Amino acid sequence: MATRIEVTGLTAYYGKFKAVSDVNLTIEPKNVTAFIGPSGCGKSTVLRTLNRMHEVLPGARVEGRVLLDGEDLYGAGMDPVNVRRTVGMVFQRPNPFPTMSIYENVIAGLKLNGIRKKALLDERVEESLRGANLWDEVKDRLNRPGAGLSGGQQQRLCIARAIAVEPQVLLMDEPCSALDPISTLAIEDLINKLKSSFTIVIVTHNMQQASRVSDATAFFSLEKTGDPGRLVEFDKTSKIFTNPSEKRTEDYVSGRFG
Amino acid sequence: MSTATVPEPTAPTADGEDRLNLRGAILPRFVPFAVAAGSVVVALLIYLLTPVDSEIQIVLMAALIFVVAMTAVSTSIEGSRRARDRFATTLVYGAFLLAVIPLVAVLASVIGKGAARLSPSFLTHSMNGIGARDSGGGIYHAIIGTVEQVLIASAIAVPFGLLVAIYLVEYGRGRISRTISFFVDVLTGLPSIIAGLFVLAFWILALGQGFSGFAGSLALVVLMIPTVVRSAEEMLKLVPNELREAGYALGVPKWRTILRVVVPTALPGIVTGVMLAVARVSGETAPVLLTVFGTNLINANPFSGEQSSLPLYIYSQAGQPQQFAIDRAWAAALVLIIIIMVLNLVARLFAGRSRLK
Repeated sequence: MATRIEVTGLTAYYGKFKAVSDVNLTIEPKNVTAFIGPSGCGKSTVLRTLNRMHEVLPGARVEGRVLLDGEDLYGAGMDPVNVRRTVGMVFQRPNPFPTMSIYENVIAGLKLNGIRKKALLDERVEESLRGANLWDEVKDRLNRPGAGLSGGQQQRLCIARAIAVEPQVLLMDEPCSALDPISTLAIEDLINKLKSSFTIVIVTHNMQQASRVSDATAFFSLEKTGDPGRLVEFDKTSKIFTNPSEKRTEDYVSGRFG
Repeated sequence: MSTATVPEPTAPTADGEDRLNLRGAILPRFVPFAVAAGSVVVALLIYLLTPVDSEIQIVLMAALIFVVAMTAVSTSIEGSRRARDRFATTLVYGAFLLAVIPLVAVLASVIGKGAARLSPSFLTHSMNGIGARDSGGGIYHAIIGTVEQVLIASAIAVPFGLLVAIYLVEYGRGRISRTISFFVDVLTGLPSIIAGLFVLAFWILALGQGFSGFAGSLALVVLMIPTVVRSAEEMLKLVPNELREAGYALGVPKWRTILRVVVPTALPGIVTGVMLAVARVSGETAPVLLTVFGTNLINANPFSGEQSSLPLYIYSQAGQPQQFAIDRAWAAALVLIIIIMVLNLVARLFAGRSRLK
């Protein structure tokens, strides 16, 4: 089962600075939703509000509601730790734990949460690494440090680590921006495969990537530096890239952004 | 319309005027050595022909002549950029030598003067019944004292200091954190005898606990905590924030992320900092003098009665006019250095084992 995310009236702050204002959108289950827009428009901020990673930064706070299958993530009594177990995340730069081997990296989320059964862990490592298209490359060196892999492999290791805790939703914050085209292709193939089991939200600066991998696209923008970012348009990817209803969207996706 | 033409490559002329000048005049390798040898010769001549008769002055003069001559030679042949490079290189090497000389000299003199007196019986006997004029005696009681006092002090100060550092880096915000940071800085500069006086006044005189190894440990704790906090804090700050976020994003609670991800990543640096703190307090004399008091007898119980310790032993033996006592002091100094080195190696092995091969 995968999960629908409904965002209503979402406004996010960093201290006194309003980073993004009044976002409303619905992310369909088992779909890939892409967030695009210029730098500073708040797309990464919105992504981080979806698993309560935004508030990890000092002074950051959120107004509005994020419903995950009808439950408000920011409601009273919600535990951010449990939210993050349900909504996993992959970051811009690959960040495997440097003190852990490949094996330990994959099961980090499980082991740090107290699961110790060797058989279960072994099984989950293979399953997750296969899921991340990395198993064949690393199966003979699971005890080597995770930091010794190439950048693309490290990013797939991070994806394996994220899916090993069996989340419902996978958030990806520019997962390919530090990777070469071949590794990018590998990750995009992986996204296509993963969407059969997860709801995926991906932030990207690469519009070709958005059009290749996503089913729906949200375009964020801001009037000028210092203004909060806003959601300009949210629709099916095919519509955003061929026949957007907003002039600004058209300018951006056609490269005429001014 | 004129068609764009590629400019004809200019033919290199015989005198090389139009050629790119990528080569520079570089002094041959042997020149610095030759200049150094020349400087030494000139300095020796000055030594022989003039009334200057201080060896240190001659060495300094040779160094100075080398710097001036090398810079001059280099400027005239290689130009000013390379000359400045050579000048800076000379200064860097010079500073390195200056820093290493005392280190080597200390080690050489301690080993030279201490090794002769070192023997199994020296390590396994106390000073019980040994007068200053007797040649026997040993440091068994002092080794026991130092090891116990330092271990107890570390057992208290290291966890405490680590927790403070974790609070400051991971949790501390605003005024409380700044205040703690300020007081840690103040403690760092605390003269060690003040720590001893504090324990003497508070633990021994006010609470009436009596001299003991444990009282010495308390004084050492006061000295260790700021060093441990500062070094651990710096190391924890170096852990990239992305690793913390990676932990949180996996649904790992903050405390567990700190314990299993942040601290292990910073561990080698933390161990180095802890070892520096241990080495520092192992050699402390003043606070131990005021709290442990010193004895010639073996006292393995750090919680009651006077103990000895190596710095204290060195201090008391070196202060006596007999050569036997002075020899004992040197040998004890050597043992103190060895103990610190062994502790250091053990800690590094331990920290290394927890990392990946």
